[in-house]
Amino acid sequence: MDALDVARWQFGVTTVYHFLFVPLTIGLSVLVAILQTLWHRTGDEKYLKLTRFYGKLFLINFAMGVVTGIVQEFQFGMNWSDYSRFVGDIFGAPLAIEALVAFFLESTFIGLWIFGWDRLPARLHLATIWAAAIGTNLSAYFILAANSFMQNPVGYRYNPDTGRAELTDFVAVLTNKVALITFPHTIAGAFLVAGSLLVAVALWHLIRNRDSTDTPAYRFAARFGAWVTLIAAGAVVITGDIQGKIMTEVQPMKMAAAEGLYQTESPAPFSVLTIGSLDGSRELFALKIPYLLSYLGTGDPNGTVHGINDLQALYSAQYGPGSYTPIIPVTYWSFRFMIGFGLAAAAIALLVLWTQRKGRAIPDNRWLLRAGLAMPILPLLANSFGWIFTEMGRQPWIVFGEMLTRDGVSRSVSLTEVLTSFTAFTLIYAVLAVIEVKLLIRYAKAGVPDVTPPPEPDDTDDAERPLAFAY
Amino acid sequence: MELTTIWFLLVAVLFTGYFILEGFDFGVGMLLPVLGRDDKERRVMINTIGPVWDGNEVWLITAGGAMFAAFPEWYATLFSGFYLPLLLILLALIARGVAFEYRHKRPEATWKRRWDNAIVIGSLVPAILWGVAFANILRGVPLDADHEYVGGLLNLLNPYALLGGATTATLFATHGAVFIALKTIGDIRDRAAALAVRLGIAATVLTVTFLSWTLTIRSSTAAVVLAAAAALALLGGLAAATVRREGWAFTGTATAIGLAVATLFTALFPNVLPSTLDPAGTLTATNAASTPYTLTIMTWVAVFFTPIVLAYQGWTYWVFRKRIGVAHIPQH
Repeated sequence: MDALDVARWQFGVTTVYHFLFVPLTIGLSVLVAILQTLWHRTGDEKYLKLTRFYGKLFLINFAMGVVTGIVQEFQFGMNWSDYSRFVGDIFGAPLAIEALVAFFLESTFIGLWIFGWDRLPARLHLATIWAAAIGTNLSAYFILAANSFMQNPVGYRYNPDTGRAELTDFVAVLTNKVALITFPHTIAGAFLVAGSLLVAVALWHLIRNRDSTDTPAYRFAARFGAWVTLIAAGAVVITGDIQGKIMTEVQPMKMAAAEGLYQTESPAPFSVLTIGSLDGSRELFALKIPYLLSYLGTGDPNGTVHGINDLQALYSAQYGPGSYTPIIPVTYWSFRFMIGFGLAAAAIALLVLWTQRKGRAIPDNRWLLRAGLAMPILPLLANSFGWIFTEMGRQPWIVFGEMLTRDGVSRSVSLTEVLTSFTAFTLIYAVLAVIEVKLLIRYAKAGVPDVTPPPEPDDTDDAERPLAFAY
Repeated sequence: MELTTIWFLLVAVLFTGYFILEGFDFGVGMLLPVLGRDDKERRVMINTIGPVWDGNEVWLITAGGAMFAAFPEWYATLFSGFYLPLLLILLALIARGVAFEYRHKRPEATWKRRWDNAIVIGSLVPAILWGVAFANILRGVPLDADHEYVGGLLNLLNPYALLGGATTATLFATHGAVFIALKTIGDIRDRAAALAVRLGIAATVLTVTFLSWTLTIRSSTAAVVLAAAAALALLGGLAAATVRREGWAFTGTATAIGLAVATLFTALFPNVLPSTLDPAGTLTATNAASTPYTLTIMTWVAVFFTPIVLAYQGWTYWVFRKRIGVAHIPQH
């Protein structure tokens, strides 16, 4: 074990952890904004209740996303300083723009939304949650543009005098085809999580508390969430399909590693699962769908998909001796878990919609309840595995074709230091995870609140009136 | 003006904004057990910054992002070199941010007390360590010819840097007390005003000592003028606090913090991280900078978006301009 390994583990753990909160923030900000818009348009109290209810869950989650996000920005400099030096000219710009354009919008307007119920006119207050939601979704674009540069570097040149990559075309960086497709894929994945959370919580109340005055609200939330989940799942599949073809073009090794495809094949089959050696080099049993990998990778059922061995030979010739192959068991299984968990969430959403068809009451079924409660966890896992796949599939590169991960690490940070930080982050994140989940469950169980429409703001003497919301 | 100079100024402005805004957030957090006698009073204090603390913290994220984009070498060397202090700052900011949101989520006294501790420690630690960090930037650190930090942790804990930490912590505490006096009504307002004066005297002594020491390390005419102005602003704020002119007192402490940060950046320029070893290791606004192309793009982005951000953040302060007291705190 050396400082590099620990730095990689730390980046992996803190990033996956951060991205447990990000999808909910992205998706739920918009869904809560939609609920509040429905209340604003119809005046129906059930939408206000749902806005307040899911708004609380959103904020419990949001706080975690904010504080774990700061670590992400600092970590490039702290642990990956040679990487930061190498790409700073290109990579820093989207990060700075993300902060200036998106984070200010998100954090300022979320404050206005939380505390503004009785301070702002209703329309303006509604606008604040939309501004926060736009900020959140916008932030995703800039950080994904930065990440896409690592997958498929464009719009730059290598300057041998400084030994750094230099920006030559910022528009090319922002319109990187990997970014253009990763953004909708990630956003759709986020809505898969948010829609699933709506369903899970509403379903729990519908089954546990069958004749409540709030049943109509939960019925709406369950159906709305299920439709969001289904539409998001469709979008995930379509964007994922396009993404696979772009990936095959710009990072063929990643596609080969996704399948554990050692030999170039045309047509290439897709294995749903394989039993054999862990890295798939020797198989005892495999459930294979013919032509599918060729179609996923190239759009042609008979298309050629390059194998790991050929690509390894090609890269060795191009970049010098060394291993250019990711860890195959990780890429193979994370790719399947991503797809499998995502599709499972969509299947449950379909089931929920079917049980409620034509106004039927949700059946009192233990298995349906369990499936519903599993719903938000499944797409969260899908999101995590998707990131593990795409980042581990890029290895050994930190910037594909330009810089190896091992060359990007901070030279001045000792093993002791990085072990200290890794331990500290892991501990505080574990404690906070327990607290956060307990709070989420507590507030989810509490159910929709009783609401009185917030008082209109006025400038008359209201010195003694309690605030509509206070920390 | 050179693009690198513009970006040096912008990074300075972002840190100045960060310390003025998050300065009173830290102050409010540090003073929680001092001024907040019971749960209601502590809630009053937290709610004075409740709607704005998150937006204030984005000044730091933007400052970090701007350093990364405009001066990658500075960002890389500083953040990897100051590894453990920055780790502590991160852990503190994590605990503090979550505490604001979670503290009121359960009624138990133990629950609230634990989050109160997180707020106090989470405010005090960065308030000290930012001073330590900036003092070390001014003092210079051991950098080799590759601009790599070779100093270790103990090198950062020198007397001058520790004085810097004491200065920022006391200054922010004063700023926070003045802010509470400005934003509250009732008993707590009176106690905050009285405390602001006492803290302010200590802050003035420390600030004058620290800035004078700074000017013996590196100096320019402009830095001397700014340092004197910072001291005057702080004295003015202190005088205003004494006569209970809370708006002016806050203007005074905010201006003093702004001018003190400006003093540090002015004294530092054109260096961004001086080396105490090989002069070739010194990072300057020129040798740490990105290409003119990147700086040009970033300049346009900053010119377009900064006024918008300032406008809506300013508007937020207008929306939440009213003072609050214990009567405003809802039951749950």
